[in-house]
Parts: sequence; structure tokens; C-alpha cells
Amino acid sequence: QQIQEDLNKQLFDNLVSFLRRSHSEFQEKTTEWTCRMKSREIPTAALVLGVNVTDHDLTFRSLSEVLQNNITPYIALLEAKDCPGIKNLIQKLMGQLMNCYIDVDSLEDEDHVQVSQNRIRCSMTSIISWYQNVRKKTDSETPSKKRTSSSRHWQSPPVVVIFKDMESFTTKVLQDFIVISSQHIHELPLVLIFGIATSPMIIHSLLPHSVSSLLCIELFQSLSSKEHLSTIIDKLLLTAQFPFKLGEKVLQVLINIFLYHDFSVQNFIKGFQLCIVEHFYSQPLSVLCCPLADAKKRVNSLSHDQCENIRRLPSFRRYVENQVSEKQILLLTADDFLKEITQKLLEDLHVYHENYVSVLRCLHVFTSSLPKYPLGKQIRELHCVCLENQVWETEEYESSLQLARMLNKSDLVTMLQQCVEIFVSSSGKEFDKTVEKLKEFLTQFQELEAEAFQEQDGSISTQKELQKKTDLYHLQKTLLELKESRRSKKLTKFEMLRFEVVDYIDSLVRTYLVPADQKTLHEIVYFNTASVLRGHLNAAPRVALHTALNNPYCYLKNQALKSDGGNISNKAPDICIVYKLHLECGRLINLVDWLEAFATVVTAAEGPNADAASSDQVDDIIHARFIRAVSELELLGFIKPSKQKTDHVARLTWGGC
Amino acid sequence: MPNLEHPAYPAATLLRLESLVPCRESQVSMLLSIFGERQQFSIPSIFIYGHTSSGKTYVMQTLLNTLQLPHVFVNCVEYFTSRLLLEEILIQLQSCSSETEQTSHVPCDNFNDFVRLFKQAVVSRELQDQTLYIVLDRAEQLREMEANILPAFLRLQELTDRNVTVVLLSEIVWELFRQNTGCFEPLTLYFPDYSIAGHLQKILSQNHPPEYSPDFYAAYINILLGVFYMVCRDLKELQHLAALNFSKYCEPVVKGEANERDTRKLWKNIEPHLKKAMQTVYLREISSSQWERLQHDDGEPGQLKGLSAHAHVELPYYSKFLLIAAYLASYNPVRTDKRFFLKHHGKIRKTNFMKKHEKTSNHLLGPKPFPLDRLLAILYSIVDNRVAPTANIFSQITSLVTLQLLSVVGHNDQLDGPRYKCTVSLDFIRAIAR
Repeated sequence: QQIQEDLNKQLFDNLVSFLRRSHSEFQEKTTEWTCRMKSREIPTAALVLGVNVTDHDLTFRSLSEVLQNNITPYIALLEAKDCPGIKNLIQKLMGQLMNCYIDVDSLEDEDHVQVSQNRIRCSMTSIISWYQNVRKKTDSETPSKKRTSSSRHWQSPPVVVIFKDMESFTTKVLQDFIVISSQHIHELPLVLIFGIATSPMIIHSLLPHSVSSLLCIELFQSLSSKEHLSTIIDKLLLTAQFPFKLGEKVLQVLINIFLYHDFSVQNFIKGFQLCIVEHFYSQPLSVLCCPLADAKKRVNSLSHDQCENIRRLPSFRRYVENQVSEKQILLLTADDFLKEITQKLLEDLHVYHENYVSVLRCLHVFTSSLPKYPLGKQIRELHCVCLENQVWETEEYESSLQLARMLNKSDLVTMLQQCVEIFVSSSGKEFDKTVEKLKEFLTQFQELEAEAFQEQDGSISTQKELQKKTDLYHLQKTLLELKESRRSKKLTKFEMLRFEVVDYIDSLVRTYLVPADQKTLHEIVYFNTASVLRGHLNAAPRVALHTALNNPYCYLKNQALKSDGGNISNKAPDICIVYKLHLECGRLINLVDWLEAFATVVTAAEGPNADAASSDQVDDIIHARFIRAVSELELLGFIKPSKQKTDHVARLTWGGC
Repeated sequence: MPNLEHPAYPAATLLRLESLVPCRESQVSMLLSIFGERQQFSIPSIFIYGHTSSGKTYVMQTLLNTLQLPHVFVNCVEYFTSRLLLEEILIQLQSCSSETEQTSHVPCDNFNDFVRLFKQAVVSRELQDQTLYIVLDRAEQLREMEANILPAFLRLQELTDRNVTVVLLSEIVWELFRQNTGCFEPLTLYFPDYSIAGHLQKILSQNHPPEYSPDFYAAYINILLGVFYMVCRDLKELQHLAALNFSKYCEPVVKGEANERDTRKLWKNIEPHLKKAMQTVYLREISSSQWERLQHDDGEPGQLKGLSAHAHVELPYYSKFLLIAAYLASYNPVRTDKRFFLKHHGKIRKTNFMKKHEKTSNHLLGPKPFPLDRLLAILYSIVDNRVAPTANIFSQITSLVTLQLLSVVGHNDQLDGPRYKCTVSLDFIRAIAR
């Protein structure tokens, strides 16, 4: 679990640094603007963030952090739900500004007086007077105190107001705020940042021209979340450094949720974390899922039970069955020998991952430029395919190889160069030869180019000869010869080389891109139970309710409730019986009929004689039970009282038409 | 044009005033005659209206400042509650006569308090012998405050028994203010637009940069007006545009390619540039600072895309389908659902005809609300593979609402059967459906 925490931290570091990069450009702009505040326009940044609203919080937090460190201590983050009116907006703004001022200078006693005073009067003038006070103070303090944080900001730091969700603000509030602040722009250097989820057109639809002409809007497009995701996948999954891996199905589930539902990188990361937790929780051997050096140490300290666990792994069994019989016995009985072998196998697995990643990237270089993308445009798709089964057996792979054989030379050369770079940068030791081989290909291509020049000369000379020949017969003959030579020439020179290259890549793929579940001990590092994950992440409230009411055994685990399909057992809870009965009804349910049916079901087991003896007496209790069940259903939102008929209830669920 | 003359004020001040407010001489002289001399009681309230940027605020401000009349100037948008407004007036009043003494804050909750405090303030500042002017800018906001504020301001002279005049500035006519009887009718004064091109020309060329001759700048303004006059008569906007594009206009002169008299050459240089500005800066497609940067490096304009160029919105897979389903539910009548979305209905030819016919009329009518169940039913029928009604789908509906692509009709707290409306246009749906 310690590793998991580590991983989370690294993950968020990644994310924040990524965001920082995307915003660095933006900061430069802000500094530039604030210098040129001459007109009445308020400098404004429109930040287009995409529809993944859940990620925005993190983005804004890191953005304000970065701004706070580099530009200004005065930042206010405003959310639409806090500001239903202009009054609330200004109150909120003041509160945040004053607080951050306290953070900077920690002169609390004086500020408290100020704040309490201003609680009575919240208006732009008080903000301005506050700002001027603060500036006077900082001006007098900075030379004496030498605070690093305040000296980093300039003389008049701007006040940055961030509107987190521009779409949800009411137009009037925004308009009023902009009009007010534009009147004080000379006294209060204000910078607005609009967080926009959909498209910048929303500014025009929210603000009339008279207001938007007060803004000096500059647009910043943050990276789309799809790109964001692919960088995260790149950094987390496609490296050998993180010991934990996702199986094919799990990855597919996570990516599907991302693409189909919310585009939220945050949720993706949460899902990933859930996978980690689930893996460490469910797989006893996950102690070995850690960096290689640690894993080796841990193998040595394994107990007997854990060794037995290793022996029980299906991939390890397969491995044992392929060994010689003496070795088999040793593996199955001697713990020490097993540990040795396990260490070796783990090392193999690690090396396999290293190789896998670089070859995968190499293959991606080839396939991503093919027309129609038979193996997918993104490296994650390729990764999924490779994890699923043997890539070279799929049809898509065949077709992509076919297409690769038809590439033109310049493309091929650039791809080869890219591949060389990938292999050089990878840490695997086995790739020296590959690099050599690829470089050899490159030089061959260059030679070919030189040859091609000569050949052109040659063909020109033959054409000249051709013009000399006047005899029809001779002409025909030479033409035929020329044709033949051309055909053969093509096959011999460039195409041969091309085939060679493609075949070589093919061989690389076949040796290195073996799907992970064929590797021994893959269970240790791969998490592959997609159904669990789907159950956790893809909540289906309606389905869950239906199963709970229809088949109470599923949740209650009571043997008596184990029913066999259609009939309604009387041992089930009342609400289940009522629910099942109501499924058979139409849109309007007659309560009397319902009660009748309920009573029959409940009393069914008690036998006809009991029923006949005390029909009135039992009815009272059953009636009460029925009423309670029905009101429970109403609480759950399955029915509601109808106004059309007094003794009927309306059904709200489907199928009642 | 009548020259300003008034016995109470020195001629030099009046002359300066006249030079500061071009094309508004008649209004100013009217106001002056209403104001009378300092100690004379004036009319209790004046209502001035006119279109955007017809110089109401500017004229009032310069008039009161140059003549050094005691006044309070308040913007009603900024002080959005009556309390803030009244307190602000009092604070300004306290500081307007004596800057030295920092006054303490006085709470003022209602108009009664205001009248009392106002009397005290006037007495303590020795303003009894002069007319005090309270100018309320953007007075249309007063209508949204408490009902007594506006009538009380109109009768402030009567209520306080002091020499005070309230001036209301607004963009809308007085008839829209009149709410009930018993309201004091103020003297209304109309500021016409600077409609004649000559007016604009005169005002704009007044503040020419010192490096260049007034004639040169006037020629530039002439060209600018020639391009923009058709689309924009807003003085502020024109001033802004003039400031932005002037450096480009001067470029040939600075480089030495043309002298200041060579108007024709300068015109050729600037005209395409201005046309481009009309398409971009005027509509705020790109910001003015971006525009300036563009001018500096003279780069190709295709590089900088305007705001509307980023109109494309990326949506998750199911969100797209949800939105399309919502659109269909909004614009198709319920009775056609069975025909459109069930597989075996038989009457295909008729349906197609009906569809075409109804679509045109429905688009004119606007979106109609639809219940959640209908939305989901349509969603299931338009998505190819099976969709489980997971929590994710439901949360996407709400997130679409927050993005203002859908909107909830009716009360928010109605849990059973919420109704939605699709608020996006056909073009948007087309772009998504592609």
C-alpha cells in the first residue's frame, strides 16, 4: 500500500507539472497585459477548458497556485453557485481578497478590524481603499523586511478574479460586475479569467456588446482532455518503471468510461487508483509488485504459504509443465529453488516490459501514419490490441503490413529514423543490434538514392537511343525490353529493401510484443478483473434496485429466499412482493386489487383452512403491512398518488404504458 | 450656436466649458439657466435621457467640475442596494467640502435616516447657501430598489427643506419610470445622438496626438468615419478604434514614404486595414492588445483566430447522443416518436413527408419541453448498441444542464419527472452529429 501512495503522489506531480506547462504561456501574457492598462478595457483571459467539468477544479487550483507564486498574491476564485446576485459576488470577492492578504502578511489584528468594518459595507470602493492600504503597507515594508514572496511580485500586483464556470453565472451579475469594475480599472488593476467549458461563443451570448466592449479578451485553449489522457497513459502505463500494469479488459473499461461518459482525466485517475487498491487487496502475491530490486529482496523472505501461492498461479503451472520432470519436482517441493526461479522470472518479466514498450512505440510509428489506421491512431489502442492477443495473428495487423509495404521512400526513411531514436533512448540492452540493423537500412536507402540518380541518366540515354531508331520493328522490340527491365528493376532495388524493412519490423513484433498473459508470473503485476471494476465504476441504480426487489436473495443471502424465477414466494420481504405484483399492472394501479393480490400471496403458505377461519382478523395485519410496503415504494419513487382516480396510484417506472 | 453666457459665472470659465463640451452648447446653456445662481433655489429634480454615449455623464461632470458647484456623483449600478447608495451619497457629501477630516462611517438603513443625516451633513458643511447637486447615473437601476427610493429622490428638496437638486441620468425615457401616482414629475431634458457626422468628426478630432498636426488627424478621422459610420455611431467605440488604428495610419509618414499632406496615399494604405479591423476588433473577435501585436509584426491574420473560430465543442460519446436525443425530443412532436423510432411501423413514405413539413414550422416555434423518460427512450433507440441506464448517464444530463446546452423547465425541486429543453441550435447539432 505504501507503493500505492507513492504512485499517487507521482501521478499528481505529473499532472500538476503538465498543467503548469500548459499555463506557462498564459502567465507571460498576463504580465504583459497588466503593463498596458491604459484604456478602460479590463484585460480578460478566456480559458477554454473542455467539457470535463470535474477536472476543472484541479486545474484552477494549480493555476491559482502558480499565479500566487509568480505574479500576484491577490487571487479570488468565484463559483457561480456562490454568486446568485451581484451583492453576494462582491462579498465573496472581498472575503477572498482579504483572506489572502492575511496570508501574505499575517498582520491579523489590524485586518480583523478592517474585515469587520467592511462586513457592513461591501462595495467596490471599499475594495479599492483596501487595495491602496495594502499597497502602501507593502511598499513601506518590503525594503525593511525583505520578504522573498512579496519582492517577487511587482510594485502594483494585479488582482486576479477567476470565474470558474462562466456558463452558470447569470448574465446580469456578470454584466454589472464588469461595468462596475471597468469604472475603477485605473484605481484597481483587475484581471479577469473566465473558465469556459463549451465554446468562447458563450461570451457573446452572455454579454451584450456594450459590456463585452469593455473587455479585452484573449483566448487560451487548454489541451483537450483526450491529449491529456494519452500523455498520462504514456507516462504511467507505457513505462517499465511502474511495476503495476493494467490488463487489457480493465484498460478498455477505463478508456470506455472516459470516452463515452465524461472525458474526465480525474475520474480516469481515480479508476486507476481503484485498480491499484483492488489489486493489492485481492491478489496475495501483490507484495512482489514493486520495483525490481525490492521485489528480489522480498522473494527471499517469502513464507511457505506464499510459495504455495506462486505454485498455484496458472501461468506458473504452465511454466512447470514445460520443464524437465526432475526440475518439476524441485519446483514443486523445494522453496529455495522456487525462489531462485521466481527471481529469474521476475527479471525476465521486467526485461520483457522494457522491450515491449520500445517495440510498441516503434510499431506505432509505422501504423499511425497508415491510411485508415487499421491498428488505431493512438498508441493506447495499439497497446490494447497487443495486450489482448498475439498481434500478428489479427487481420488488422496483416492489412497494416500490406499497407506498410506500399509506403514511399521519404516516409519510410523518417519512420526508420524515429525508430532508431526510440531504441537509442530506451534502456534495453538487446537493442544495440536492432539499432545497427536499422541504421544499416538507412544507409542502404541513401545508397539507393545515389543509384537512382545514375539510373535516371541511364534511362534518359536509352530514350535518346529510342528516338534515333526509326525502324518500327526495332522500336517495338526495344520498348518491350524497356518495359521488362523496368518491372524487374523496381522489384530488385527499392522494393526489395522495403520488404526487408517491413519483414524486419514484423520479426521484431513477433519476438517482443507477446501478449502479457502468456508470460509467467504475469498475475503479480497485471490487474485483470474488469467485471469488478465495472461494477464499482459504472453504477447502475435502476438495475441494482430492480435486482434487489426482484431477487432479494442476491443481497440478503438468505437460503429461504432462493426463488426459481417467475413465482412470487411469500417469504420475501413485503416490499418485494408488492413490487413484483406492481410489475404486472398497468399505468394506474387499483389499490384494492393490489391488496387482494398481496393478501393471497402472503397467506398462500398458511393453507386454506387458516385463511377461511379468520379472514377478518388477519386482514388487519396484512393491511398494515401492505400499506407500509406501498408507502415504501412511494418513497423509492416507483409510484405516486394519482389525481385521476382516488383509489388508484400511478406507476412511474417503465413498462406501464 | 448660442454662446454660453450667464451672469453668475465669469466669462473665462464659461469659455473653457464651451471648449470642453463640443456640440452640446444648447443643452449646457439650458442647464445653466435652470441652475440659476449659486444661492438660488433650483428645480427639485431633473431627468436627462439620451442614447448610449451621447455625453450625458460627461457633460454633467464637466459642467459641475468647471463651475465648481458642490455636487455628489453616484453610479447606481455600482451601489446596487439602496443602503449602499444612500451611504455613498452621505460619504461623498461629507468629503466634498472638507477633505482634511476623515469622517467616521455612519450606518444609514432607510430613507428616513438618510433625510435626517442629510440635513445634518448640509448644516455641518455650511452648504445652506448653495444649491447642492446629486447626480444619479444609470438611474434606471433605481426602479429595482425599494419602491420609495425613486419618488423620494424626486422630492428630496421638499423632504429635506434644503437647497438640493437631484439629477437623474438614464438611457430610457421617463415614461418607463413612472410607476404610480403622486410621483413628482421632474423636468425632462433630452440629449440627442451625435447623429450628424460632423459632430462626431469634430469631437473625435479634438484630442489629436501632439506630434501630429490637427489637420492630419482630422483627415484620419474622416477616413475612419467613412469606414465605420455605417456600422457604428457609438462615440466611445469610435474613439477606441481611432486610437487603435492610428499608429498604422502614421506608418508611411514615419517611414518617410509619404508626407502628411499626401492623403490619397495614406488612404490607400489604411483602407484595407480598417476593413479588417471592422471584422475583427469591432466585434471583439480578437482583443485590442492582440490587434496591436498583429500590427507590430505585420503577420498574417490567419494565424490569430478569433473567438468564434473555436466554436467546435468536444463532447463525450454518450453526451453527443444525449444532446441529439434532446434536440429530437425538443423539436419533434410526441406523436411522431412512434413512427420515427420504432423499427416496424410501415408508413415510411408518409413519415418522410411529414417530417419535412413539421421541421420547418417547429423551428420557428422554438424548443418544447420534454420529460426525462422520453429523452432516455429516444437515446436508447438512436444508439446502436445497448446502453445501460447507469449513474454516469444521469450525471451527464445534469452536466449538460450546467453547460447550458440543456435547460431545466419548471421547478428544480421537482424530483419526479423533471422536464428539459434543448437550447442549442441546429448548426450545433449538425456539427456534433458529424
